[in-house]
Amino acid sequence: MAPVLELRGITKAFPGVLANDHIDLTLEEGEILALLGENGAGKTTLMNILYGLYQPDAGEIFVRGKKVEIHQPNDAIRLGIGMVHQHFMLVPVFTVTENVMLGVESMRYGLFLDRRKAADKVREISKQYKLEVNPDDYIKDLPVGVQQRVEIIKVLYRKADILILDEPTAVLTPQEVEELFKIIRSLKAQGKSIIFITHKLKEVMAIADRITVLRQGRAVGTTTPAEATMEKLAQMMVGREVELVVRKKEAKPGDVVLDVENLHVVDHRGTPTVRGVTFNVRAGEVLGVAGVQGNGQTELVRALTGLMRPEMGRIRINGVDITNASPREILEQGVAHVPEDRQKDGLILKYPVHDNLVLNTYYVPPFAKGLNLQFQKIYEAAAERAYEFDIRTPNIYVPVSTLSGGNQQKTIVAREFSRPIRLLIASQPTRGLDVGSIEYIHQRIVQKRDEGCAVLLVSPELDEILALSDRIAVMYRGQFVAILPAAEATRQQLGLLMAGVTAAEAMAAEEAPAAVEENPAL
Amino acid sequence: MAVAARNAELTIARRRHVGTGVFFLLVALLILAFFVRTTAPDLTTTFGLNPARLTTALKLPDLVLPSLPSLWFLTVVCAFLGGWQLAKGFRSTGWALGVVAFAFVAAFLIWAARGKSMNLVGMLSSSVLRSIPIALAAFCGILCERAAVINIAIEGMMLTGAFMAAWIGSITHSLWIGLLAAMLASGLLAAILAVLSIKFKVDQIVSGTVINIFATGLTSYLSAKFLQVYQNLNNPGIFKPIPLPLLSRIPLIGPVFFEHNIIVYITFLLLILIHVMLFYTRWGLRTRAVGEHPKAADTLGVNVFRTRYINVIMGGLVAGIGGAFFTIGSVGRFDEVMTAGKGFIGLAAMIFGKWTPLGAFGSSIIFGFADSLQTKLQILQVPIPSEFLLMAPYLVTMIVLAGVIGRAVPPAADGQPYEKQ
Amino acid sequence: MSEQKERALQNSQDTRAQALARLLLRPARGSLWQAILLPVLAVFTALIIGALVIVFTDVQVLNLYKDFFAAPGKALAASWKSIASAYSALFKGSIGNPAEFANAFSVLRETGDTAPLRQAFWPISESLVTSVPYIFAGLAVALGFQCGLFNIGAEGQIFIGALASVYVGYSVKGLPQYIHLPLAFFTGAAAAGLWAAVAGLLKAKTGAHEVINTIMMNYIAFLLSDWLLNGPMKRPGWSPISPAIQDSAWLPKFFPDPLRFHAGFFVALAIAALVYWLLFKTTIGFEIRSVGANPDAARYAGISVTRNFILAMFLSGALAGMAGANEVLGVNHQLASAFSSGYGFDSIALALLGKSHPVGVVLAALLFGTLRSGATRMQSLAGVPIDIISILQALVIIFIAAPAIIRWLYRLRLEREVGETVFTRGWGQ
Repeated sequence: MAPVLELRGITKAFPGVLANDHIDLTLEEGEILALLGENGAGKTTLMNILYGLYQPDAGEIFVRGKKVEIHQPNDAIRLGIGMVHQHFMLVPVFTVTENVMLGVESMRYGLFLDRRKAADKVREISKQYKLEVNPDDYIKDLPVGVQQRVEIIKVLYRKADILILDEPTAVLTPQEVEELFKIIRSLKAQGKSIIFITHKLKEVMAIADRITVLRQGRAVGTTTPAEATMEKLAQMMVGREVELVVRKKEAKPGDVVLDVENLHVVDHRGTPTVRGVTFNVRAGEVLGVAGVQGNGQTELVRALTGLMRPEMGRIRINGVDITNASPREILEQGVAHVPEDRQKDGLILKYPVHDNLVLNTYYVPPFAKGLNLQFQKIYEAAAERAYEFDIRTPNIYVPVSTLSGGNQQKTIVAREFSRPIRLLIASQPTRGLDVGSIEYIHQRIVQKRDEGCAVLLVSPELDEILALSDRIAVMYRGQFVAILPAAEATRQQLGLLMAGVTAAEAMAAEEAPAAVEENPAL
Repeated sequence: MAVAARNAELTIARRRHVGTGVFFLLVALLILAFFVRTTAPDLTTTFGLNPARLTTALKLPDLVLPSLPSLWFLTVVCAFLGGWQLAKGFRSTGWALGVVAFAFVAAFLIWAARGKSMNLVGMLSSSVLRSIPIALAAFCGILCERAAVINIAIEGMMLTGAFMAAWIGSITHSLWIGLLAAMLASGLLAAILAVLSIKFKVDQIVSGTVINIFATGLTSYLSAKFLQVYQNLNNPGIFKPIPLPLLSRIPLIGPVFFEHNIIVYITFLLLILIHVMLFYTRWGLRTRAVGEHPKAADTLGVNVFRTRYINVIMGGLVAGIGGAFFTIGSVGRFDEVMTAGKGFIGLAAMIFGKWTPLGAFGSSIIFGFADSLQTKLQILQVPIPSEFLLMAPYLVTMIVLAGVIGRAVPPAADGQPYEKQ
Repeated sequence: MSEQKERALQNSQDTRAQALARLLLRPARGSLWQAILLPVLAVFTALIIGALVIVFTDVQVLNLYKDFFAAPGKALAASWKSIASAYSALFKGSIGNPAEFANAFSVLRETGDTAPLRQAFWPISESLVTSVPYIFAGLAVALGFQCGLFNIGAEGQIFIGALASVYVGYSVKGLPQYIHLPLAFFTGAAAAGLWAAVAGLLKAKTGAHEVINTIMMNYIAFLLSDWLLNGPMKRPGWSPISPAIQDSAWLPKFFPDPLRFHAGFFVALAIAALVYWLLFKTTIGFEIRSVGANPDAARYAGISVTRNFILAMFLSGALAGMAGANEVLGVNHQLASAFSSGYGFDSIALALLGKSHPVGVVLAALLFGTLRSGATRMQSLAGVPIDIISILQALVIIFIAAPAIIRWLYRLRLEREVGETVFTRGWGQ
């Protein structure tokens, strides 16, 4: 029998990169195929081609043995292909029903939307596949785990039997991941074929029937969880041996550098997002803030760096009150900030590399004398930093937008780390980067810690938090639900805390070790 | 911990509204300083509630108010609301703000017409009439921006519409063909805007400005070349008012809303039509999806580009009607740059109305009211130079924009070109 | 051993030095031709389309087109004549008539009479005189663009500048010129700057878009000037005109009448140089441009977006105000109610054409000044309304903003620009 789906020689080039290079792939009926590869390996491009969002430069697609052309999502939908995107494709101000029916609306009198009929169908699907949702809820009010269910319902509503899940676990807590795996298995049991895209080795081992590994746009091999080991997969994925842990010395915490007391922040809509947070960070230690995205981490960091005004509470750096200080005053206290959205906050994309490297020091000597910018000094310093931080760029005059994501991030790191700093606030410093850049940036962060800098690391990636932190705070709905020494924290316990289980309950769950051992998500 | 957080949040919420309280007190002070102080004690203000020519089924008695006590009353209302806000705080300040704004306007009118009589029906009716081009501009804005295309070219589209209605209306001696020509010309400009913004991804503020400059230039050029030379080309006549049977005989409401010309009724119809279409039809659902999250719409097979083209062009047609109103709907001739910023005021009405047709229409009437102040108040010989009264709609626009933005949430993708990649 | 180590060290330092040298090496610049090709083609294409507009709105020519199939030559000849007479009037009105120059020189040689020469140079003088407010207003819009602000209010700011200038010009008496002139000039600039800063303040504090606010303020400025010139600032008599300014506030003229060329031209060039220095050589300019390029990143880097919005709007308004002051102090020496210049709106096209760069703006301003002063002549000689200029400008902006059209029209491969300025950021927040 022909496979449900077969890709042959798919090739796609973007200016400057060959995103897919003659990729072959098969998906059998009723199997879960994991597509493993690190960021930038071409997984998402491949799936976007399959879904009709991009057109391949070369190659053929076969569905159930028949050659097909997919020019737009409608074609894919017709062929029974459905996709759950990494960034949810949901309209926040629409209800669940409206999101699901969009594009295939049920109509009354051929003129008006029939929301009730669509809602009934949503309920039906939700029952059949145990995807619990309320069709009348607005997306913006739903937690991400539920939003993901809506995405899956959207696909099933269109009667898809080939499901593509693009990095579906990125925004979930370990417990939600477990929940998702149950759903995926139940889908499989009902005859659906599934492509599961990820860069996380553990997940692949836990869920996949077969694994195809992508590296730099090429399919480098296919294996099964039974045959493979994590080390082997990692090597296939990166092309060399990878150290799965960050090597670091014992922390030697010094004086308190950052001291935060009962901090409250309200976002621009007037919703309280940080609700009474108290903590401190000492020199020479890394405090990791774990938590599912959207639990107030962004606002916490913005308040600490002066980008948002706290409504209440006090922030002190080295004993200096900076609660209502401007971003510049805070910078001048020796605070470095690696922002979570590097292209929006961290860089001026159309500026050359050299201007981005002095973006917050352009006004002080030697870069300025009075009002006049000292260009020669700026160029020299920029070249030094580009060299020291291994920024791959033809020269320092090209716009920073022409650099790769990893090199853009290195530009920010170079700028922030080459000032005398006492506190480093790093928000998702490795999001979307390749393994090489991740290793490099982790190493630099640890180095700063060892130099006696206080580090506040915010990341939704538990791996990153566990690898770098000396202490871990868990943020849930704007509050720190626990702060614990990294040595004592377990994944299971952190996951429960991230999901809003109180510290006491999380401890209790920890008592039953069976739960930990059997957790397939880990 | 949760309780502490809750309390803290309450304190925060209250603190945020101190400014509003102070503002209310300031309004009270303003009424006191400018109106109460300059009003003699024994004057009365008379508001006529019937149209000049009685057409309603029932004659209402005039509203006669003792000027000074009424002003004092309004002062006290504002002061009280301000004090309450400072002391305890309202849960939602929206309605209090509305009351204070109303009190100020009422105080102004009572003061302006002290010792005299003023026809309120005439004033409101003219407010409705003057709100029509603003409302149509706002509808155009809604159609475009719900699909995430910012259209600041409404002004130019209306100007072109006004010109075409006068010109073609004169040539063909048909107001309806004039109206159609206005819509088509404005729709054509909208199509250019759409191509520039959607296909060429020109910054939408730039492409809108271009069309404004182009429309101003072209209409002035053609007007100088033809309309001013051949007067018969600029004499289309106007749509006559048609009192709607029954509706126009309702006291107060009838003469204010239902004794106007056909374009006004078209506007009412569009109000209902756009509201229903936007929220209850497939087109509306897709339009809003394209405006909020075009990528999501695209992945579900909704054609983002086509939706945007259709919406912008439809907006252009609506703006054309608004333009025709200036010539064949009111004065019956075209003058250079006669739209006088109404297109931009329409955008403000759209924002104030939170991108909904009903809200936009409501705010248009507020702007229409500000616009009609000048003519009405000059009759009363108010000691304010007419130039300052003429500034009212522009000032109100600025105040409204300053006050409302940040709280009104535009469609999430508003103004961003869609990159399919 | 130690020698080996030293050599290794030397080696690594070599590569370090080499790497630094490579990083510091400036790539060759694109050719100047590439840079001006697009603007040149944009203006050229606009002129061609303008010609079509002229032909197809010429009633006589249109009548001939009715018999096009009977006598195509006649219609085409008439079209050509219509275009030629319009554009030659444009040329004569802006640069001058070559025959007149020749004649004037021969008269000068024979009789020493300079009157014909002055007459011959009059068009050029007028073009330069018209360019001056364009330079100021163009710089105003360009400076706003650099900060990501779209100042459509230059027109109103010109009024405010003119009002303030003329007031100081006629009401302050007995000052020497070196005090009175700068005082009047910079009062105009400051008043317009403060006026414009309101829009900057509103944008920074409430998010209200400057496009709507500056337009609303245009209307308010017009009404304000109407009121002032009909009331407090009216000279005795019927017409709404201000009193004439004192001689001590006149911008110096260099030639006798009818040549109106005055010192404002050099002031404008100096200001353009100043703006260039400010924008590209100072920390102030770095901040302004950073806010314009990415306000989020600017804020993150410790640059106050609020302050720069207000500052840039103030500077932009001040430059526009200088245009108004220049007209009052250099050309009209009084202020009339129907002073409406149109400079404010034209300056948008001009700033885009000049790529928001002071040098580009000056060149574009010279072009526009020439076109406009020629268009006045074209209106009187060829009966082509002066509003044709607005149409040309709109076309120029379209072609500059959507270079794909020009590329397509001329089958060109032009370099793509990186990072255009973005004005559309929704309606605030």
